[in-house]
Amino acid sequence: MDTTIETTFTLNGERVTRRIPVRQNLVDFLREEMGLTGTHVGCEHGVCGACTVRVDSKIVRGCLMLAVQAESRKVETIEGASESGELAELQDAFHKRNALQCGFCTPGMLLTAQDLITQNPHATREQIRWHISGNYCRCTGYQAIVDAVETVLTARRSRA
Amino acid sequence: MKAPPFAYARARHLSEVFDLLESHGEGAKILAGGQSLMPALNMRLSSPDVLIDITRLAELFGIKVNSNAVHIGALTTHSEIERSAEIRKHLPLLADAVEHIAHPAIRNAGTFGGSLAMADPAAEWPACCVVLDAQIVVASKSGTRRIAARDFFHGLYATAMKPNEVLTEVVIPIPGAGTRHAFLELARRRGDYAIVGVAALAKMTDNRMTGLQLAFLGAGDKPVLARTTSQAIVNKEFSDTAISTAQDALTQDIDPAADLHHTAATKLHLARVLTARVLKQLAA
Repeated sequence: MDTTIETTFTLNGERVTRRIPVRQNLVDFLREEMGLTGTHVGCEHGVCGACTVRVDSKIVRGCLMLAVQAESRKVETIEGASESGELAELQDAFHKRNALQCGFCTPGMLLTAQDLITQNPHATREQIRWHISGNYCRCTGYQAIVDAVETVLTARRSRA
Repeated sequence: MKAPPFAYARARHLSEVFDLLESHGEGAKILAGGQSLMPALNMRLSSPDVLIDITRLAELFGIKVNSNAVHIGALTTHSEIERSAEIRKHLPLLADAVEHIAHPAIRNAGTFGGSLAMADPAAEWPACCVVLDAQIVVASKSGTRRIAARDFFHGLYATAMKPNEVLTEVVIPIPGAGTRHAFLELARRRGDYAIVGVAALAKMTDNRMTGLQLAFLGAGDKPVLARTTSQAIVNKEFSDTAISTAQDALTQDIDPAADLHHTAATKLHLARVLTARVLKQLAA
């Protein structure tokens, strides 16, 4: 069996083909081979959530998936979700509510919060806390993050 | 850290999985959702020769319901169970338990079969399968066999599966009409490993509990069916005294070991607390 495999997948809307070492996890591939350093490497065992990316529109841990497993999947990182404008309202709320300080958790936090916003427009503060429970932030104490997510949910409901 | 080197095979058919398992023996590891295996690799607690990626095997996905049982494919994710109307309707115990499993991003990847094959004693699905008296279907080159969940778990990360077998499906009988369920778990933070938890089924007739099944997680080296505790309260007039009797019987069923954060006495105390809560919830 080969120790590298040619792998083709969609990355932020563009088709990518690379020969990838089988033991390389997705987040390391994105950062080191593709230069997409917005996805962060924290604990490397699925606890901290800094490496959160979307695969086939679902949030997953980038450190708990081999890059070769992305074959024929659709992978989206914070760069893609940010450039498309999808996160603009949430990013603005994070800024206004001081929902970040050092910024290390922010890419993962944004993708996780966006996941909740799209799935549950009526989420309560408690449900916001549940949803981001797998994303660690060591700066904010979470209150400001919950405020920011709630701000977006409330604004969207009032526009609906 | 980074995973040690290994070979990788993406299986296209179950027969390929069987062949690889036969040729590599215990040096092979099945890669399903990867939410336990990948951390173990990254922390270098595991160093298999070959990973057999089964995540493209369509026949291992999905939830099917027939007249008296629910069939859950091994690769069905925790999230799919969470969102399934069929599970909510027929096996509400699983729907209640799933929200205790880790976090959304992990539930999107982790699988039902993977959790059972991993046999972590603090995991939710093994205790649920024990209490529901599920049958676990495993397959190898020589065919398939069914193992009762109550015989499947042998100890810490140890099951009745042989190294050449792969878990393909779980068959869970639908509890009879009027069956009540409850799932309770204590953890330090939401989604963390359970300190202790309990899955339960029972019926109530004339203020008496019947058919009570209690299975504890995080209370031993495998999920524990608490038969003596159950017998202490079934068919008796339901009361605080009866609950106390059941709590006192608990030491005959479980003997939890200390973990990093809790002494054995603390865990036993918490199991007593959960016993009272779960019985009251079932009776309510």
